[in-house]
Amino acid sequence: MLSAKLFNATTIFYMASTLVFFGYLAGRNKHVGTAASALAWIGFVVQTAAIGLRWKESYDIGLGHAPMSNLYESVVFFAWSIVLIFGIIDIKYKYRIIGAFVMPFALMGMAWAQLYLPTDINPLMPALQSNWLLYHVITCFLGYAAFAVACGVSIMYLIKAKSEEKGNEAAGGLMSQFPPTRALDDLNYKAIMVGFPLLTLGIITGAAWANYAWGTYWSWDPKETWSLIVWFVYAAFLHARFTKGWVGKRAAWLSIIGFAATIFCYLGVNLLLSGLHSYGNMS
Amino acid sequence: MSTNQRGFVQQVWDFFCSLKLTLFLLITLAITSIIGTVIPQYPNIDERYWATISAGRKALYEKLGFFDMYHSWWFLALLALFCVNLIACSIKRLPHVFKFVSEPATTISETQQKIFPSKELKLEGSLDASRDKLAAFLGARFATPTITQVGNQYHLFAQKNAWCRLGVYVVHFSILVIMAGTIIGNIGGYKGFVAIVEGETINMVKARSGKDVPLGFEVKCDQFTVSFYDAPGGGGPSQMPKEFKSILTLTENGKEIPGYKHVRVVVNEPLTYKGITFYQSSYGQANDPSLFFFTVRNRESGKSEQIVLRPGSQTRLPDGRSASIVDLTDNPGEGLAAVLGVSDKGAEPKFFKVYKNNPGLDDLRGDRLIFTFTGTDARMYTGLQVNKDPGVWVVWAGCLMMCLGLCIAFFMSHKRVWIVVQHGYARIYGNASKNQPAFLTEFERLAEELQKQTI
Repeated sequence: MLSAKLFNATTIFYMASTLVFFGYLAGRNKHVGTAASALAWIGFVVQTAAIGLRWKESYDIGLGHAPMSNLYESVVFFAWSIVLIFGIIDIKYKYRIIGAFVMPFALMGMAWAQLYLPTDINPLMPALQSNWLLYHVITCFLGYAAFAVACGVSIMYLIKAKSEEKGNEAAGGLMSQFPPTRALDDLNYKAIMVGFPLLTLGIITGAAWANYAWGTYWSWDPKETWSLIVWFVYAAFLHARFTKGWVGKRAAWLSIIGFAATIFCYLGVNLLLSGLHSYGNMS
Repeated sequence: MSTNQRGFVQQVWDFFCSLKLTLFLLITLAITSIIGTVIPQYPNIDERYWATISAGRKALYEKLGFFDMYHSWWFLALLALFCVNLIACSIKRLPHVFKFVSEPATTISETQQKIFPSKELKLEGSLDASRDKLAAFLGARFATPTITQVGNQYHLFAQKNAWCRLGVYVVHFSILVIMAGTIIGNIGGYKGFVAIVEGETINMVKARSGKDVPLGFEVKCDQFTVSFYDAPGGGGPSQMPKEFKSILTLTENGKEIPGYKHVRVVVNEPLTYKGITFYQSSYGQANDPSLFFFTVRNRESGKSEQIVLRPGSQTRLPDGRSASIVDLTDNPGEGLAAVLGVSDKGAEPKFFKVYKNNPGLDDLRGDRLIFTFTGTDARMYTGLQVNKDPGVWVVWAGCLMMCLGLCIAFFMSHKRVWIVVQHGYARIYGNASKNQPAFLTEFERLAEELQKQTI
């Protein structure tokens, strides 16, 4: 299948992008940064085509559904969402260097999916045959991706803040390449501000779907509960920031904890706990 | 009330209003929620689980409500406290915000003049003429200003989207609405289950509480069918259901209800009547078959004939031999198959399997008669989840409200512009509640345009 080849190409582009970003980090050459972003964008376009093609291929073999139904497809879509959110930030805020801390997430996703996950297109069980699948998956993963970007930015913040404390800043080393801490802190908040409504929408579309399929919008299934836990963590982040002035390090740590909870909600629940979202089976 | 008492009441009130409590509750709810995802929850506890934990631990968990975590008194208490905290916070802050929105400060204070971005411009006309021109400019380019005289100055004040400061309270209120919806659903509704055999009618369902609940109308299952995906690589259907479908007819006091005759119910397409919703949830075979139907084709003449086999009795085949049904098997990956015994007069019978899902296979056996297993007279039953939830629309209204509130709270900004006019020159100030960089661009553009005017 052609889509599989395009997904392989995507992985290679993301790997190249990540490496060139690391080079940008070390060498501080503007053209290298542009090349790294360009590679990410080319990978994104190829991946978009691949997702579209896989969608078409599923119709060709008579199963016909959006490519978002098993672990492989969801990891691929997650990687796609991360690059999309990074691309938007790249265009809007011109802090290209954060790609060095965000593209590795996309690369890890693609590499894991391509190397270890079964890539078959499976038929959908009756409960999954719904347009809500599309709304639910898109909103959730765009939200997760925004949190991934927030996490990457927070890691940058912590590194930069630490080096500033040591007084390395004046030396103009690696760190001078990073955006100012204030900008990183603001970007962390902005990404969460985008991710939080998307996660909320993801939970609501999931609830609406569950209500159509089973007649219960909320059943405290592990996946549902973990999505609520993630929601609580980011709600705490927003309250701490708005009213207690939690900025900087504490906000960065809370963002990293939030993303760890997100990843557990996405993968940990499927691989370690049992529940409704059984797409996580590795076999 | 004595001062002490008032002090105590105040302290309690402050406790319920405090943001520390909010943060504590959000984090505690997040952490405690994990328990129920790690420890199995009623009613889905596998019997084998009990063997893996000690009696002491079981008793402890039982006491702490860990096996029904999300309905335990302490978890519900946390949720209730969360709601009280929300309400108290709103009561404390809302009047403030409301006043800020409805009665804005139309003059700009000295401190604000120092911290808000500003631009100065020279004025040519008289004070009153300049004031009117500036007011017209603001009205056209931003929003109609309020004019206040302060000593020998005029303060022009204009604002946009002041109400978006209420967005966060819309989000807070939506949580209460959702909670209210779940409570309404719990009190005024029920969840139940019913299995209806094809051709039969029910008018009661079994609620989860164990009680039989009368529906007030009758539900007949006209037909139940299940279709399967084709097996990968061809060769007939697989074991994976593609769709299971009930055809139902609703009647009230035996009379047909218009629009509810032969309605189809499949997964993801429930049926609702009088606030009661039926969800396709399971299915099965209702009874053992007593009749097995086959088509028998003569290899040479090509003539086909229908035959019926009954367990425990011999049936004569068109070629004079006799056949009996020995067994019915349903193996994963193979599907339903009948085991037949066919015998010549006096000879030992020969046994073979005829697959329902694979009609071509019997051809390979090479016998002069080719069997096709067409089915049995066993009836299916449809398993329907039955819900009444009068609160569900309240929950959706709350969800909608939450989405709107989040968008207002995060993506809209209260923008304010002041122009302080005095003889000879004026100064324009600006402030936004959110997204400063975007506002700054907008403000600078406005100030630039203003400086181009001759006033």
